[in-house]
Amino acid sequence: MNSEVLGGADAFLARFEGLRERLPGDVSARDAAAAMFKTTGLPTVRDEAWRYTSMRGLASASFEEPLTAVGSAPNLAPTLDAPRLVMIDGRYQPELSTPPEGVTLETFADNPVFNHKPDAKQPMVALNTMMADDGIRLHVAAGVDAGTIVLLSIGVDNHRPVAFHPRHRIEVEAGAKLTIVEVARGEGTYLHNAVHEIVVGKGATLAHVRLQEESAEAFHVQTGFAEIAEAGTYDAFVLTLGARLSRTEIHARLMGPNASVHLNGAQLLGGDQHGDITTVVAHDAPNCASRQTIKNVLSDRSRGVFQGRIEVARVAQKTDGYQMNQALLLSPGAEIDCKPQLEIYADDVKCSHGATVGELDADQLFFLRSRGIPLEQARSILVRAFLAEALDPIAHEGAREMLEAAVETWWSKRAS
Amino acid sequence: MLRINELCASVEEKPILRGITLELPAGEVHAIMGPNGSGKSTLGYVLAGNDGYEVTGGQVEFEGQDLLEMEPEERAAAGMFLAFQSPLELPGVNNANFLRTALNAIRRARGEDELDAPGFLRLARAESKRLSFPDDMLKRNVNVGFSGGEKKRNEVLQMAILRPKLAILDETDSGLDIDALRIVADGVNALRRPEFSALVITHHQRLLDHLVPDRVHVLSNGRIIRSGGPELARELEANGYSQVVADAA
Repeated sequence: MNSEVLGGADAFLARFEGLRERLPGDVSARDAAAAMFKTTGLPTVRDEAWRYTSMRGLASASFEEPLTAVGSAPNLAPTLDAPRLVMIDGRYQPELSTPPEGVTLETFADNPVFNHKPDAKQPMVALNTMMADDGIRLHVAAGVDAGTIVLLSIGVDNHRPVAFHPRHRIEVEAGAKLTIVEVARGEGTYLHNAVHEIVVGKGATLAHVRLQEESAEAFHVQTGFAEIAEAGTYDAFVLTLGARLSRTEIHARLMGPNASVHLNGAQLLGGDQHGDITTVVAHDAPNCASRQTIKNVLSDRSRGVFQGRIEVARVAQKTDGYQMNQALLLSPGAEIDCKPQLEIYADDVKCSHGATVGELDADQLFFLRSRGIPLEQARSILVRAFLAEALDPIAHEGAREMLEAAVETWWSKRAS
Repeated sequence: MLRINELCASVEEKPILRGITLELPAGEVHAIMGPNGSGKSTLGYVLAGNDGYEVTGGQVEFEGQDLLEMEPEERAAAGMFLAFQSPLELPGVNNANFLRTALNAIRRARGEDELDAPGFLRLARAESKRLSFPDDMLKRNVNVGFSGGEKKRNEVLQMAILRPKLAILDETDSGLDIDALRIVADGVNALRRPEFSALVITHHQRLLDHLVPDRVHVLSNGRIIRSGGPELARELEANGYSQVVADAA
């Protein structure tokens, strides 16, 4: 292991030692995570699960605890007309929030329980487990339709590199419904290293839409663990626009018959940005469906990564799995890496995966221009058309429109 | 309207047009006929500005402007329209949005006010009704899942909405049954007025029965080898191209 990288990990371990007594909850879980993190260090491309993405960039500076300035005015620009939970530098801000009805809201600081224990392939989850001091815990009781909740995470500019590791838990009980719309943004240099524990009960539905528009200097890692019970649905979408380096890693486990999961997403990257979407779908019960449509629009020297793994257990007959990763390269220097993996132990399953890479179609561009549409606008139309297949299935109209507007803004900034 | 002088063009270094000279006055419809591979479609693409074709010589003047200096979108704003031989599908692009974007881009370029969504829909519905298109063609994605005939009709709808001064129809009649052919011809005829011209590229006499040309030009091996009145089209239909080509040789 590179000593520079160990230096980055060592810095986090030293901060953990300093904070250990003051962190909330059972310290034994944190100690176990720290022991693991000490062994693994920060993930690099030598780790199989991190083959295309390295967190080496974190070793260049010491990422300290945020000391959020009192009276700093974060950008609370409107997201959606819905109850809103605001986190600043990873800490819940009740005075900026409008808590929802129909759900039980706690914070991790109030109830610091770790349900998911990291394994050796998950150094960033181990780091989160070491350092987490806050997060949102939402619980929707059986049969309740809790509507839509916005979770807004803001990193304020601390004028030095900071790190925050929120620990979220969302539980939707049998027959209940919830839509979470997450927006992550900020300014300055920071690491936002979140873990989401997600439990979808029998026949319950959780829609989870995420817009990642972090600061251009930020590192963003989100690791989600979703357990989906019989006939439950977890419908996740992520739009990656921001951060110099980001990774969205979702582990979804289909635990009862007729459960379903959608892990869709899009990454629009430019400059030297690196965006990684990694999924692991475990089919552990029969008659379950999983759908993944990932679209990458890559310009300049940006790099997109998609790793998708589908595991079908022996009992999971009649599994219906689908995975598609498509990339549009807008510049010769852009790159996509794609690693699909199917691991199938049942004999009566339908699983398909595919990947395409291409440029904007010259004939389609000419067609649009021949109708009077200027070149940049024609390109924009074709890029949005490319994304439509991933964005159109988002059921929540307001969330979909918010993402479409974010795409529009991204494009106009890029073109200018 | 359109003045083409000794136009030469190549595709991948292969000369296709070898000196075309043609004058299309305002208000007239001219037909370009000729065997496969004679350069008919290339002429259409070069005039519309497809950068897959390299102009190697000659001049083209459109409404007094140097056409070859203009971008494809500038040509459209100046009033040129190419109806494609094989209209492309645009998955994920709604037909009505596409048409409104195109119309407003052209209006903007001409310094006119843009049309809002309700205003545009009124116009688009009226035009589709006049061309007896089903309403849902506006709601679908551009040409996706359209039959060959529907795609051609969608080209005519675009033309009716964008109201060009010069329409170039590239084998718009190919693959159409006789009813669809009449609809296409009616669509073009509805645009006919003293300041509208059309260049009709076709293989067959059929379309020209409904859309009577003022002049017919025969293209062979990248050159116009003969020009004449509408009777020339009938002669070609009766005798085939080989006789005309042999006579010109």
